[in-house]
Amino acid sequence: MNPSVEALRREFGDAIGVAFTSCGQSIVYVDRHRVRDALGWLKVTPGQSYDYLVDVTAVEYRDPERPIEVVYIVRSLARRAELRVKAELAKDEPLEIDSVVSLWRGADWLEREVYDMFGITFRDHPDLRRILMWETYAEGYPLRKDFPLRGRFSRAEQVRQAMSASTEAQYSLEELSIYEAYHDLPMDMRERLARGARGAIPDPPVPDDE
Amino acid sequence: MGLTPAETALKQAPDSALRPAQPAGRSVVSQVSPNWLTTRLDFLVNWARSNSLWPMPFGTACCAIEFMATAAGRFDLSRFGMERMAFSPRQADVLICAGRLPFKLAPIIRRIYDQMPQPKWVISMGACASSGGIFDNYAMVQGIDTVVPVDVYVPGCPPRPEGLLYGILLLQKKVRGETLADRSIREEHPVAPGSLRIPARLIDELSEPFGNSIHQTRSA
Amino acid sequence: MSKRTVEFDLATPGVDPAGRAVRVPLGAAAVEEREPDIGVEHMLLNVGPQHPATHGVLRLVVELDGEIVVRVIPHLGYLHSGFEKLGEYRHYNQIIPLTDRTDYLSPMANNVGFALAAERLMGIELTERCKVLRLIACEMSRIISHLVWLGTTAIDIGAFTPFLWTFYERERIYDLQEAWTGARLTTSLTRVGGLLADIPDGFEDGLRACCTSIPKALEEVDRLLTRNGIWCARTQGIGVLTAEEAINFSLAGPMLRASGVPYDVRKDLPYLDYETYDFDVPVGEHGDVYDRYLVRMEEMRQSVRILEQALARLPDGPINVDDPRVILPSKTAAMNDMEAMIFHFKQVMEGVAAPVGEAYVAIENGKGEQGNYLVSDGTAKPVRWRIRPPSFINLAALPKMAEGHLLSDLIAINASVDIVMGEVDR
Repeated sequence: MNPSVEALRREFGDAIGVAFTSCGQSIVYVDRHRVRDALGWLKVTPGQSYDYLVDVTAVEYRDPERPIEVVYIVRSLARRAELRVKAELAKDEPLEIDSVVSLWRGADWLEREVYDMFGITFRDHPDLRRILMWETYAEGYPLRKDFPLRGRFSRAEQVRQAMSASTEAQYSLEELSIYEAYHDLPMDMRERLARGARGAIPDPPVPDDE
Repeated sequence: MGLTPAETALKQAPDSALRPAQPAGRSVVSQVSPNWLTTRLDFLVNWARSNSLWPMPFGTACCAIEFMATAAGRFDLSRFGMERMAFSPRQADVLICAGRLPFKLAPIIRRIYDQMPQPKWVISMGACASSGGIFDNYAMVQGIDTVVPVDVYVPGCPPRPEGLLYGILLLQKKVRGETLADRSIREEHPVAPGSLRIPARLIDELSEPFGNSIHQTRSA
Repeated sequence: MSKRTVEFDLATPGVDPAGRAVRVPLGAAAVEEREPDIGVEHMLLNVGPQHPATHGVLRLVVELDGEIVVRVIPHLGYLHSGFEKLGEYRHYNQIIPLTDRTDYLSPMANNVGFALAAERLMGIELTERCKVLRLIACEMSRIISHLVWLGTTAIDIGAFTPFLWTFYERERIYDLQEAWTGARLTTSLTRVGGLLADIPDGFEDGLRACCTSIPKALEEVDRLLTRNGIWCARTQGIGVLTAEEAINFSLAGPMLRASGVPYDVRKDLPYLDYETYDFDVPVGEHGDVYDRYLVRMEEMRQSVRILEQALARLPDGPINVDDPRVILPSKTAAMNDMEAMIFHFKQVMEGVAAPVGEAYVAIENGKGEQGNYLVSDGTAKPVRWRIRPPSFINLAALPKMAEGHLLSDLIAINASVDIVMGEVDR
């Protein structure tokens, strides 16, 4: 068992749950509300110094009673140590967890992929939107166990929806130069941007005297 | 949309009275019955076209690497006049879809195909482009012919360079069989955005898994 | 035609003191009348997803101030094939052909990586011969992956000839792959507990021939590029990432090592007895495109060195583990012996069940640290198969690297990341 697990328990007490080893690797469960603190502590504490984030992913089990787990694999390059930190998200609550982008910038796209595939929202993520599927993808979150392998719609409907997806309208607010001026934008434009639409040229105003 | 066999026969009928009235502006050539002059012209035009098909490599996945290997030194597409890769669709003759086509990429290939000027042909290289391949899941188009019309299908995963070359030779044969007298071959059939190229019923039928694949949990 | 002088009111504010282009937010007044002009000063350019230089179906939305890149935002997903979802419906051995298609430039390494993860999950120890053969497969894959990278990067920067040379060397290795596995590209080499087949006659001689011809080809490309004025001007100082940034972005492979971080999975978390081989890991200094080029060139030479040692020490013996529950029995045994027939039946119909547990095993792919994370619930199909994709994570650093560079530098930087979209999108 990785000694960091004991160190975590001393530091965070009750927030640390079960810990075990599987195939020679240590896994520790952390309370979902303290995960970012625990990972931050692991990163900066001398003696731990898990400076490298290997992966962020999620697991949903076939047993519908088991919660979804968000898995963080962190590594200390200098000490050649690895630790797997997991947080459980119960399915009857909204699937939300804190983002660790502030700790590791590599988590940016990894968390976007978890959001795309599982529907887990990462709070404080700078730009949380779908990354692998297109933004107006309507069938759901593909890697969930209740999502069938071939998708929910018929093949013809999938082709139709794919062909209707506008190839340009995938800009996020972060991309456009109007990001800083967001609060000055009119409401309907904010809604259009939130939907991913690129905007429409408005009809010319009808003169009053006609 | 494609023509039914009856309509096709009607268009090729030698008696111009049986054919539907051509809209104004159509050239006189389409109403000329095939004769020795058109066959000589066809031979010349088709010879030129088939021996200088500029490919538009729409390479997505592993087949693209085999396509590159076909273009490289050992197999050499240059012997067929195809070494000039047209990365702009405006300058291309053949769209070679080398690789799998996910749904996100479907409108892109349709747009690239629409941007190509006539005459244009499409080679579907590989199992994934032809039928969806091993990827019978939520993300993959089950054959690019649901999105663009295809002239030659090259099976393989990935097809050997020799296989692709055979497909190209088949395409050349097809090109040589075309005739300028029939304008309907080179007609554009644009698809309105949000609508389908072939009927929905046909797409579902083509994409239907068969054999053991009807069980989601079986692999083949 | 009359001559007209058109006067432009240049609204570009210019560059800030650090030399970077100034990003201009939209004022409130301009919003009211019409849809706002996105980038009156800056131009939005769309590179891809169909583009010769994006190395696959990658879409880059580039905000340009003239020729200078203000921002670049990559859009992915154009090759998303649902691998991880498919893996949940396949037995472990049935997933091996899927792994060929993720990083299709180095398929044997993917096969090995997945098989190692499955074997760790099931607690299987490999035979000695199998370990050496898998190591040979990994190093061959590294070489062909880097050769593609070299050829395509040279094309992107303008040199066409190295492409033909590198692809000819790849054909030699393709011949070996085809002789061994039957396929040039989609090899499906490994099985859980062993390999598809033993190496055929003539394989060792062919590999030795490659070990002499590949360094010669590298030397020719070296002579053409390394001290070439154009090459150096296009690659030195471009796309710099410091070591801290590289670690923070979770980069791996040559991207990480070129920035000065001496981390290589083969040295730090060795697998397949890598610690018993004698080889060096090149580490760069400046973290620019030129350093990544040098690191990859040297890695190819080191791979040849490892291959020669592996060929020298290749032991005799079986390639498959002697466990009939995991390895299919031979045909004669299955036809004659009842027990062997039952083992055959169970493996084919039900698959090999892995015990409850999970394993993450990483290998050093040509692109970086490729890991396979497998979670098992005791059945023959994994609950979750996660590929830790080095190209995906390396690509996330592209916006950071490209800011402030010219558009043509963006192409060079994109080439230096060495992405393969099959792995990025899975």
